[in-house]
Amino acid sequence: MFRAIQITFGIAIVVFLLMPIFAILPLAFTSSVFLNYPIPAYSMRWMHELTTADVWRTSIVNSLIIGSGATVFATVLGTLASLGMRSGTLPMVGLLRTLFLLPMVVPAVVLGVGMQIFLVRLGLASTYLGVIIAHAVLCIPFVIVSVSAALQGIDPSIERAASSLGAPPVTVFRRVTLPLAIPGVVSGAIFAFATSLDEVVLTLFVAGPNQRTLARQMFSSIRENINPTVAAAALLLIIGTLCLGGLATLLRWRQKRSALETAPSAI
Amino acid sequence: MRPFIRFESVSKAFGSLTVVNALDLAIEKGEFVSLLGPSGSGKTTILMMLAGFERPTQGAIYLDGKRIDHLPPYRRQMGVVFQNYALFPHMSVAENVAFPLEMQRVPRAEITERVERALDMVKLKQLKDRRPSQLSGGQQQRIALTRALVFEPSVILMDEPLGALDKQLREHMQLEIRELHKRLGLTIVFVTHDQSEALTMSDRIAVFNAGRIEQIDVPQVIYDTPRTRFVAEFIGETNLIEAKVASVDNQVARLSLGAGLSARAHAGNGLSAGQTASFSLRPERIRLGASPEGSNALDMTITDCIYHGDHMRVQLTRDEFSLVARCERLAGNWTVGAPVVASFDPSDCTVLTQ
Repeated sequence: MFRAIQITFGIAIVVFLLMPIFAILPLAFTSSVFLNYPIPAYSMRWMHELTTADVWRTSIVNSLIIGSGATVFATVLGTLASLGMRSGTLPMVGLLRTLFLLPMVVPAVVLGVGMQIFLVRLGLASTYLGVIIAHAVLCIPFVIVSVSAALQGIDPSIERAASSLGAPPVTVFRRVTLPLAIPGVVSGAIFAFATSLDEVVLTLFVAGPNQRTLARQMFSSIRENINPTVAAAALLLIIGTLCLGGLATLLRWRQKRSALETAPSAI
Repeated sequence: MRPFIRFESVSKAFGSLTVVNALDLAIEKGEFVSLLGPSGSGKTTILMMLAGFERPTQGAIYLDGKRIDHLPPYRRQMGVVFQNYALFPHMSVAENVAFPLEMQRVPRAEITERVERALDMVKLKQLKDRRPSQLSGGQQQRIALTRALVFEPSVILMDEPLGALDKQLREHMQLEIRELHKRLGLTIVFVTHDQSEALTMSDRIAVFNAGRIEQIDVPQVIYDTPRTRFVAEFIGETNLIEAKVASVDNQVARLSLGAGLSARAHAGNGLSAGQTASFSLRPERIRLGASPEGSNALDMTITDCIYHGDHMRVQLTRDEFSLVARCERLAGNWTVGAPVVASFDPSDCTVLTQ
């Protein structure tokens, strides 16, 4: 009896969480011009619209440019920050870590306002670089969390061994630390890209009309001329996110397996 | 002769905690020296300072006459073997062994050849394409050793390298390391907390306690004539005897042991009549029954007898004075409660300074 309630409740929660997604997806293939049910007939009309209409196409390209830029920025900075916090030479590491992770919890609106003022001062408002920097700030915590976890799994005596065998610090990093941390770096980069991809609030504040991303375009199309292209865009985003999520899971699985392998077997 | 490795009043403190205290230590080329002590005695810190992972707070370290304590680890040319092997998990066995040679920019062809030869030496050539995770603990340790040897470092440092292995494999590896040391003429500094390991492997043992060397000497001297109470108790088993010195005559002290017993012991210098001192007497030096000419003979009673397979542990008492003796077998009429004469040579009763 209790078991049955548990199962029903579980299913209800899953349905509740996934319903919006399932509600919008079929509309990507409607032949009607309205974003509602019932669907009169299935067609690729809106998928076609998404890939040919200028606003949509540029927004997809923009998303990719800004996502890649922010990912590179965030991955490099986040990895360096994780290495620095691990080195053991920094004072107040705990405080630093909290500060670095702050963008995760600060309301995006607050960050957006601040970013806008800041970027205007720098003359970067409504530029690609500006949006990339703003997104990178939001992405860095994900990289730090992921890379720090990977670094924590590296036995410091492995690096010491490399050093005693004649490797200067840069070589130790290149030949030992980085190869062992790379799964963490890559999965951090994936999270960073996914974060940038669906970021709307910050983009509203810092992006000009030329940097309109896919998420931002969806947001405005809902208010301006509502039509099923937005459902097609949603489908695209979901597929993209699913791919990224799958990649991250795969990486984490491989990392876990190799961590098991490196544990010294007591034979 | 100038020592190969020299510590000159080296101290190391972590914050307010002094781990190594004004250490002087000299090691000759080709010597196998064990640093033996309980955990926290500073022995690993000394090894880490020698390897370059820690810097002395005070003092200087010399290698072959050159001061090295300011050099980073990668410029010291020392092979370090860690307790957990510290093999590179993302590289094959051959790549692990090749690593130090690559760092020295040895030509490709020569690297391949030297790696083959080194792996041949430890009989693991057939495993060269495996990852470390696919090897057993003993194999991993042998690869770690090979990797530390292959670039012909001036010194090999080992930090409890056999601690993670089971007893049988450990004893096998002890012999193997000893053999390598003899064959290649290596200078080895070996950290361990296992006294039997230190006794079987070393040319000399330095016994550490609380950041200081209590005694440094060849294994036999350390075992037979421990200088301090700590050494006597840490190495092997011993009877600690508190006794009053009745008289000293020609370096032989007459002791009153209590319970009306008296014995003679080699006093060395510094003992005078009337003082109280501690002595160490190894259980296996006590004979039961016979008392040869010139030995001490004590009338005792057997109060307990414990069977250990290859030997017996016999508890002897007389009033408040008691001894433990170790003997191979007991004569039939010696049972618990039986009186017995315990005898030992005066030279086996060693005076302790603390």
